Amino acid sequence: MIEWTGVILQGVLLGGLYALFAAGLSLIFGVMRLVNIAHGDLIILAAYLGLSTTMMFGVHPFAAALLVLPVMAGIGYVLQRGILNQTLGPDILPPLLVTFGLSVIIQNALLEGYSADPQKLSAGAIETASVSVGSLTVGLLPLLTFGVAVAVIASLQWMFYSTALGRGFRAVSDNQDIAQLMGLNKAHVFGLAMALALAVTGIAGILLGIRTSFDPSIGGGRLIFGFEAVIIGGLGNLWGTLAGGVILGVAQTIGAKIDPGWQVLAGHIAFLVVLAVRPNGLFPRVQH
Amino acid sequence: MSTPTVYRATRASRIAMIVAAFALIVLAAAPWWAGRADLRLMGEIFLYLSLACLWNLMAGYAGLVSVGQQAFVGFGGYMLFALTIFGGLHPITAILLAGLLAAVLSVPIASLIFRLKGAYFAIGTWVMAEVFRLTFAQISALGGGSGTSLPVGIVRSLASSRSGREALSYWLALGSAVLVIAAVYLFLRSRRGLALTAIRDSEVAASGLGIDIWRTKLEVYVVTSAFTAIIGGLIFLQKLRISPDAAFSVNDWTAFVIFIVVIGGIGTLEGPIIGTLLFFLLRETLADFGTIYLMVLGAVAIVVMLKAPKGVWGLIRDRYDLELFPLSYRIKLNDPKDI
Amino acid sequence: MSDPILSLTKLDAHYGDFQALYGIDMDIHTGEVVAIIGANGAGKSTLMRSISGLIRNTPDQVHLNGEAIGTLRADQVAYRGVALVPEGRQLFPSLSVEENLLLGGKVGRPGPWSLDAVYDLFPVLKERRSQASTSLSGGQQQMVAIGRALMANPEVILFDEISLGLAPVIIKTIYDALPGIIGGGMTALVVEQDISKALEVSSRVFCLQEGRVSLSGKTDHVTRDQITVAYFGVAA
Ligand SMILES: Nc1ncnc2c1ncn2[C@@H]1O[C@H](COP(=O)(O)OP(=O)(O)OP(=O)(O)O)[C@@H](O)[C@H]1O
Ligand SMILES: [Mg+2]
Repeated sequence: MIEWTGVILQGVLLGGLYALFAAGLSLIFGVMRLVNIAHGDLIILAAYLGLSTTMMFGVHPFAAALLVLPVMAGIGYVLQRGILNQTLGPDILPPLLVTFGLSVIIQNALLEGYSADPQKLSAGAIETASVSVGSLTVGLLPLLTFGVAVAVIASLQWMFYSTALGRGFRAVSDNQDIAQLMGLNKAHVFGLAMALALAVTGIAGILLGIRTSFDPSIGGGRLIFGFEAVIIGGLGNLWGTLAGGVILGVAQTIGAKIDPGWQVLAGHIAFLVVLAVRPNGLFPRVQH
Repeated sequence: MSTPTVYRATRASRIAMIVAAFALIVLAAAPWWAGRADLRLMGEIFLYLSLACLWNLMAGYAGLVSVGQQAFVGFGGYMLFALTIFGGLHPITAILLAGLLAAVLSVPIASLIFRLKGAYFAIGTWVMAEVFRLTFAQISALGGGSGTSLPVGIVRSLASSRSGREALSYWLALGSAVLVIAAVYLFLRSRRGLALTAIRDSEVAASGLGIDIWRTKLEVYVVTSAFTAIIGGLIFLQKLRISPDAAFSVNDWTAFVIFIVVIGGIGTLEGPIIGTLLFFLLRETLADFGTIYLMVLGAVAIVVMLKAPKGVWGLIRDRYDLELFPLSYRIKLNDPKDI
Repeated sequence: MSDPILSLTKLDAHYGDFQALYGIDMDIHTGEVVAIIGANGAGKSTLMRSISGLIRNTPDQVHLNGEAIGTLRADQVAYRGVALVPEGRQLFPSLSVEENLLLGGKVGRPGPWSLDAVYDLFPVLKERRSQASTSLSGGQQQMVAIGRALMANPEVILFDEISLGLAPVIIKTIYDALPGIIGGGMTALVVEQDISKALEVSSRVFCLQEGRVSLSGKTDHVTRDQITVAYFGVAA
């Protein structure tokens, strides 16, 4: 019994990481209805940027984040204004195929630059530290990751609903033309949304890199986890996305407990079950 | 008084048909004039051409943008191995049966992932492909994660000599490409095909015309799934070895196929043909550069999508008003000077 | 006469292959209230969209205070002092009443209009400030749309059919508020289906017919008959 409680707790904490994968995806879909197929590869790119920063300056990965986050945000802004804005419109093909192309480019650029060897960010003592809750011990790093996820989602939620920037995001999402009449340059607003999304992706990439080893090919899998968290939670609901991540994480750890080969498959099955039973996700956005 | 006539065939399309028929005869004779490596390459080209035509039918005509067709390629491949090894079937029977099984399987899959709209549908198809990959990796009788080879006895059952097998494998690839192109062409010319074009042009208007959109899309999905599985069977009949990573590779069976169609011209029948030729031309000249080649391919696809969304064929068609497969109706006013 | 604040020169507008406006010429002076009338589909909304930058033109087709603004984006035009109250209100459904108004003030131009000033003009909005904008009645929504445009403290304000679909009392409330709005030296273009309302508030009138100006002049100089001909293209 206590063993299973531990498994579920681990799953919940893992869900924090998946929510971080998902948050950026959810944000840009909410603002501009864009689904970025390269999202997972951008997470891996952030992990590699973290790796290079730690190696170049000999700093802790958390310190590296101070550089990686703004760089990722910058990449996001330039990417959006340079390429992705041109793909937006009623036709879904251009954004899909262009981000698919980007995914292949990023993946192979990483392969070229860093080779296919698995890498890891080393964060020192925190990786093995754990805390005891009653008779359970949980890793400090997963706990920290989950805390970061909650903090990130709370800040995104606050930004979206309580700041002028968030007001702009919602307005552009509602009606691009009228938002433009209010002095919002939608190209710039979209650029900011992507910058923010990729900054979150930067956090996700660093935490992923500390937790497990990574190589250039695993981006697609991270995109899928993020996507599953978004759909399980319900489109357009950030807290739902956290819940979706948690459900996915728990499904995976339970699957892994039964048979290690079942970890990822169990997560996919949980996703398909939700899709079959509640096609709009468990917590679809409430219309106000 | 001039009476307008509506027609489809053009001079260019008639010439194209004659050239194509001639080319087909030459290609069918390839085992007698081509070397072993060339024959293999040409076989691969025809299989990619088939995959491209099928993906184009889904994405370019039915608006079902899938990035998970590797699910059915791999499924077809694995069924070939399973049905021959455990069922004792002849490889060709096994491949046909694989197509049938894929069709059956694709119905419940569609009923799930059709709930996802647009781009989310795309990622949903990918999830499905991952489910397939992970499931087949669990089947130890088929080698689990490391895969398995086709037993020699089964390979021999195709033809006794190696050159005979290679020729057969080539003809199957050529035949499937011709079959797929013909099937897609005839489908698009049929009433159902017209419905599809109507849906692509406007879903709202199409449903107003009494077209059952969901059903039409489902039919396309089921038929392409079946054909894709058959092609998958042929691909792994050529390779003689299968593993989950090779069978369900998103790069090999979806990325390349998408690049072929986008570069050639999505939503046109000619596009996949031109795209396949360009793709292999690029691959044969740049393949030594490995990752760089893939980056170039991705970049070319992005530029095409942004600057010439109808692809290379779109550029040619707009420039010369050509159509090799007469699909659109043309109206001709019978002016006296024309007669 | 002084230089016009807004001037249109041979303004054309297209939707794809369809041409909606043909060579419109107009000079509007500071403080004027100009009515734009015309039948459905005459091109009135298109004219509003062209001026506000939602439809791009060639540079010299639209001048604001002497500056060529024809190719500017709508957001750039907004910063220069043009605000549009769009046809059909077009509030942001995800934003509350107050957020809609605040967004209107985004351009941050100095002037008399602020949240408080808008609430003074339409007190009912203050009561509903944190409600979702879509939960208001049509007339209240129109007040938000007007307030939102005023928040920008524009030099030129464009009203596109502000009375459309509203009950007569509400129309009266809104039109009663109009002099207070425009009195501050603002220049206004008023598109209106209700011709007598349009003539009542304006000093000059332009009638559009199939994308062309079919009549223009001082409001007190044009006759009913002239308008009928200009409006329908035939004598009634
Ligand atoms: N987005 C569009 N695409 C194509 N044609 C359009 C579009 N918007 C308007 N039109 C056409 O342009 C012409 C002018 O339309 P506009 O909306 O400017 O008319 P209007 O005078 O405002 O009419 P109403 O009194 O009905 O509001 C009409 O023929 C209309 O069909
Ligand atoms: Mg109008």
